[in-house]
Amino acid sequence: MNAPDAVARAFRAERLRVLATVIRLTGDWELAEECVQDAFEAALLRWPADGVPRRPGAWLTTTARNRALDRLRRANVEAAKLQELAEAPDAGDDEWTDDRLRLIFTCCHPALTLDARVALTLQTVGGLTTEEIARAFLTSTATMAQRVVRAKRKIREAGIPYRVPPADLLPERLTGVLGVLYLLFNEGYSGRRELAGEAIRLGRLLARLMPTETEVRGLLALMLLQHDRAAARTDRNGDLVPLDEQDRSRWDRTLIDEGRGLLTGTPTPYQLQAAIAACHAAAATAADTDWPRIACLYEQLAGLTGSPVVQLNRAVAVAMAEGPQAGLRLVDALAASGRLRGYHLLPATRADLLRRLDRRAEAATAYEQAIALAPTEVERRFLRHRHDEL
Amino acid sequence: MRYVMLVCVAEDEERNADPTAWVEEMQRRGVRQSGDRLRPIRDSTTVRVRNGEVLVADGPFAETKEQIAGFDILDCTDLDEAIEVAARHPAAQFGTLELRPIWEGRFWET
Repeated sequence: MNAPDAVARAFRAERLRVLATVIRLTGDWELAEECVQDAFEAALLRWPADGVPRRPGAWLTTTARNRALDRLRRANVEAAKLQELAEAPDAGDDEWTDDRLRLIFTCCHPALTLDARVALTLQTVGGLTTEEIARAFLTSTATMAQRVVRAKRKIREAGIPYRVPPADLLPERLTGVLGVLYLLFNEGYSGRRELAGEAIRLGRLLARLMPTETEVRGLLALMLLQHDRAAARTDRNGDLVPLDEQDRSRWDRTLIDEGRGLLTGTPTPYQLQAAIAACHAAAATAADTDWPRIACLYEQLAGLTGSPVVQLNRAVAVAMAEGPQAGLRLVDALAASGRLRGYHLLPATRADLLRRLDRRAEAATAYEQAIALAPTEVERRFLRHRHDEL
Repeated sequence: MRYVMLVCVAEDEERNADPTAWVEEMQRRGVRQSGDRLRPIRDSTTVRVRNGEVLVADGPFAETKEQIAGFDILDCTDLDEAIEVAARHPAAQFGTLELRPIWEGRFWET
């Protein structure tokens, strides 16, 4: 391999480890990022002449650290701090693993706004540029840059620790990290597909770093078992194709197998959702779907989360398993509770069940309510189409 | 890291927030340096100087029901420890605790 290729490869494979370690050593995110950038530039100059080092990651870490020492010396940082930085041990593999986890948990600290957590994770952990993140979230580069700068400043000034949370905090903090990844994935699901791919990449990384965490595996499984349908989900015109009408031969079998291999059978939120997605993946045709099992999984999930959206999904599964009348009873009870007011999928689901019961006038009214509430043009078009078919 | 913890509660709930046990525990742990309870906004006075004139008024405008009822100066390893300490304050059950890092160093250096 020639030297520029080796640098490009090291950038993909080692950037995160090197950056995470240099942030730990310097305690300064911006300084660390600049010095890591410098180290890669130095590699581009030196590797063609000196040869590619045997351990590129270690070379890059040492170079970035020395660069940081130079800069701090010039900025007259006190001798004790410099000494500490100069003498910090060369990280072994375990230490590197921890540094990457430290970085992820710090980016997703609950004292940062959710927007900031997402932006910071994409930039620092995902290595996306500010322009790319801004484009994905349909905001200006300036706004996004400011969001990231503010988040980094808060980490430094408010004393947000750079660490993997201790055992007593881990469950709640891990839930927060998974929430950020799933939010990213869903942003991608509703159109910006590169974000879904990025979320999966980060999910795979987290699953490698925390192999015994059931919910890390659960979230990764869930993302894979939904993403396998990406190619079948929209037609040539960009219109939504509902699950029962999708061409199942276009589902990605490799992703399905990878996702299934991560299921543990534990009744935890992401594992249950992944198990539901796996039921769909296992059905050769829509008619083969094991709806009683899906309804049962949704019931467990509803008991666990108390979420009305989960209740609505359960109603759909019950309608498939026991008939539209049984589903409609659950949907009407949910509508009466008022907990999903303003959520377009409530009238959309009602409309669909009423249509199947041949109560056309009521179905038409429900479709109209759903169209008025639907957030995207793709969804409005789909609902209008259904409405006109009545 | 040093933080000022502002204890914000609605006035009529303040008597439910006796922090004596919390104060003793946090002093013993060495994370609370000092702090005090504040008299309500109705006893407060604002001072401004505009165009050389000292303007004194009765209390600031209270826009929310919650007001600062007290403060504590905490010295913690990091924000996680400060959050843990704040979450154990009795007022956290119904009021809001705000953790403000103390801006260390002299004004002209920042």
